[in-house]
Amino acid sequence: MYPSPLSAHEPSSAPTLHSQVPDGPNRHAQPPDKNAGIQEAKLSLNQINFYYGAHQSLFNINAQIIKNQVTSFIGPSGCGKSTLLRCLNRLNDLIEGARLEGTVLIDGVNILGPDVDVTDLRKRVGMVFQKSNPFPKSIYENVAYGPRLHGMRQRTQLDQIVEQGLKGAGLWDEVKDRLHASAFGLSGGQQQRLCIARALAVKPDVLLMDEPCSALDPVATAKIEELLFSLKQELTVIIVTHNMQQAARVSDWTAFMYLGELVEFGLTKQMFTTPAKKQTEDYITGRFG
Amino acid sequence: MRTPFKQMLATGNVFIWGCAAGVSLSLLMVFGLLLLIMINGLGYFWISDIVDLTLKDGQHVMGQLAGREVIPRTITPDRPEGKSRVRVKIGNRDLSGLDFKWVNDDQIVSQAYPADVVLLERREWGNMYARIQAVYSGEKLLAEGNEAGWTALGPLISSADDLHRQIKQIEQFEIGAINADIERLRLKIRAIEMEHPASPVSSEMKAQVADTETRYREKTAELETLRARFDEYSVVMVDANGREKQIAVGQIVRALRPNEMGVWQKSWIYLVNVWAALSTEPREANTEGGIFPAIFGTVLMVIIMSLAVVPFGVLAALYLREYARQGAMVRLVRIAVNNLAGVPSIVFGVFGLGFFIYAIGGTLDTLFYPERLPTPTFGTGGILWASLTLALLTVPVVIVSTEEGLAAVPREFREGSLALGATKLETMLKVVIPSALPGILTGLILAMARAAGEVAPLMLTGVVKLAPALPLDGSWPFFHFDRKFMHLGFHIYDVGFQSPNVEAAKPMVYITTLVLITVVILLNLTAIVLRNHLRKKYAGSVL
Repeated sequence: MYPSPLSAHEPSSAPTLHSQVPDGPNRHAQPPDKNAGIQEAKLSLNQINFYYGAHQSLFNINAQIIKNQVTSFIGPSGCGKSTLLRCLNRLNDLIEGARLEGTVLIDGVNILGPDVDVTDLRKRVGMVFQKSNPFPKSIYENVAYGPRLHGMRQRTQLDQIVEQGLKGAGLWDEVKDRLHASAFGLSGGQQQRLCIARALAVKPDVLLMDEPCSALDPVATAKIEELLFSLKQELTVIIVTHNMQQAARVSDWTAFMYLGELVEFGLTKQMFTTPAKKQTEDYITGRFG
Repeated sequence: MRTPFKQMLATGNVFIWGCAAGVSLSLLMVFGLLLLIMINGLGYFWISDIVDLTLKDGQHVMGQLAGREVIPRTITPDRPEGKSRVRVKIGNRDLSGLDFKWVNDDQIVSQAYPADVVLLERREWGNMYARIQAVYSGEKLLAEGNEAGWTALGPLISSADDLHRQIKQIEQFEIGAINADIERLRLKIRAIEMEHPASPVSSEMKAQVADTETRYREKTAELETLRARFDEYSVVMVDANGREKQIAVGQIVRALRPNEMGVWQKSWIYLVNVWAALSTEPREANTEGGIFPAIFGTVLMVIIMSLAVVPFGVLAALYLREYARQGAMVRLVRIAVNNLAGVPSIVFGVFGLGFFIYAIGGTLDTLFYPERLPTPTFGTGGILWASLTLALLTVPVVIVSTEEGLAAVPREFREGSLALGATKLETMLKVVIPSALPGILTGLILAMARAAGEVAPLMLTGVVKLAPALPLDGSWPFFHFDRKFMHLGFHIYDVGFQSPNVEAAKPMVYITTLVLITVVILLNLTAIVLRNHLRKKYAGSVL
């Protein structure tokens, strides 16, 4: 229906651990100037097909996600952005009747293999959800939840990690006096940043964000966007968003998806100024979607 | 054209009014019932004055007024208020054979409240309303006349009370312990005999047996002397009609002169009575005395039941909701669970009898207590089996509400936890179950309310009219799961419908009912407070 050169593209031979910017999806992309140093791929998605039962919802997705940069996935509702995101930490495993084909390499290792330790994977690939979902516990316990799971018991260490996490999410100053108050007492934006802090406390390499600002007001949104710039110093961020302005503001790379296919993937600057595909241009300029 | 009625139908106001009326009626009935029980039950503790009625034929009727009614079909146009009669609790059952007597108003010549009448509460034969004629020590006259006798009687009763307590102590604990020793030795010897039928019993054993038997004889002798002192003092009472009756002071629980007492003194007695009812054992085939063993049995049974039902119900619900593959099989199991809640409770009783008592208890006996056979230990009704039977009865309630609680835990919580690298089990334990706890507790509350009120299955699995010992006491191993127990619900049935003196036992029925309702409410309140506390802790969760 919308033939995509990217999905038609045969996967390149399995990328090595430190593969350079892949020629595949980003062949027409120039390395961004600001991070002109190392451009290694953190994640490499090859021939991803995803099925809910008999219904196929992702078609031959190929993409390379660059380390320490923000990559955004845009596209109309139901195009499979979230599904793709949830493939990356295998949260789709929970769905009965779901089937995933292809490979996802993180640092060169296929995470879709049967012998992969899923809990270990999810420790390395954090996730922030569309609806903020703090646990019904105190602020402190929310952030300490992950480290505790992974065996940290020492109070001083936990205190430190909680502080780091909250600082990383830009929430520390607002909550340091009420760490042991319920997380539900926070505002929507604060709750979402608490979820980010919670994800950061596990010290992931990759952070998946599934429309993290869709339920937030503009001020809270701006705070989280600001956060992304500091976060990408430490980790690789993949963000799914409905909001094209947001994608343009925060991301280095943008991928446009439509009906389960990856239509175009390139540098954000290029995508928003000179899109290669007609569909992309139509979507960006608001002609559909 | 719409009539107002049609309009009312259309807006649904009719139905709202109908619902409101239904709810009000139900509430009214509930409160009416509670009020009835409270008036009848709480009134019993009040010591009312003793009335002395002189009848036309010169006879006296002395006792406490217990009611008045209009004689049916005596209302005539010239006498619209009709004739009435009063009901008097005359006590003195050993003299008259009756506890209550109806007296027609028109038979009464005069009515008086003599200050010097004595009310004797006795361990047997119920109350006595009479005057003191003389107090004896053996054959020796100690005091004569009502006033002198009254002063002499007081100290005698309190010393008899001490004596009674001593005897109880010896009977229950000391002789009880010796009996337990004897039984233990007997079982030991029996076990040795069963294993080595040929070998004779060792001399050491024999010495021990002889020793315990001597101790037993000593104690029984001590008991005999105490009992003799019990009967040493006696009092001769004379009732309103001049009949005399000699009573051993040891038989008297309490002597009162209600007509002399002021409101404050009566209020004090009222509190003492309430406490006695809650803390003492029953007397006289349960119609008098307290109901403590029944309260204790009910509460303990509900607690054991809760301890059994919650893990089972929660595990079953967790499996059904979280782990089992949702399909036809799980649906079938759910339907079965829901239907289980509708099975008549007596059927559960029969199941408990067959499965727990005969199958499991019988097996336990042959395996672990062969020397006691044919006397069963666990192969007969007991508090453990009764509690487990009730746990089976109430497990569907816990499963259903736990499942609802689990279903209401938002998916976001689970995903959030899983996304942090938690395993499914960790997510269950740390996020899902805590969030579902209010739902689980709701199930427990419903289960407790149901269990505390059940009687039918208990009758088959371990409740008795009068249990000699509590299932929890000071003798090793403290918890006696094999013991039979008393239960408030069964107590109501027993006292109200199985006692020889139903009329006298009536207040006891009301009191027991009141206590049962209070116990259920208290148990539920505890769980509700706990649930609200948890809800507050997990505020914001949807439950």
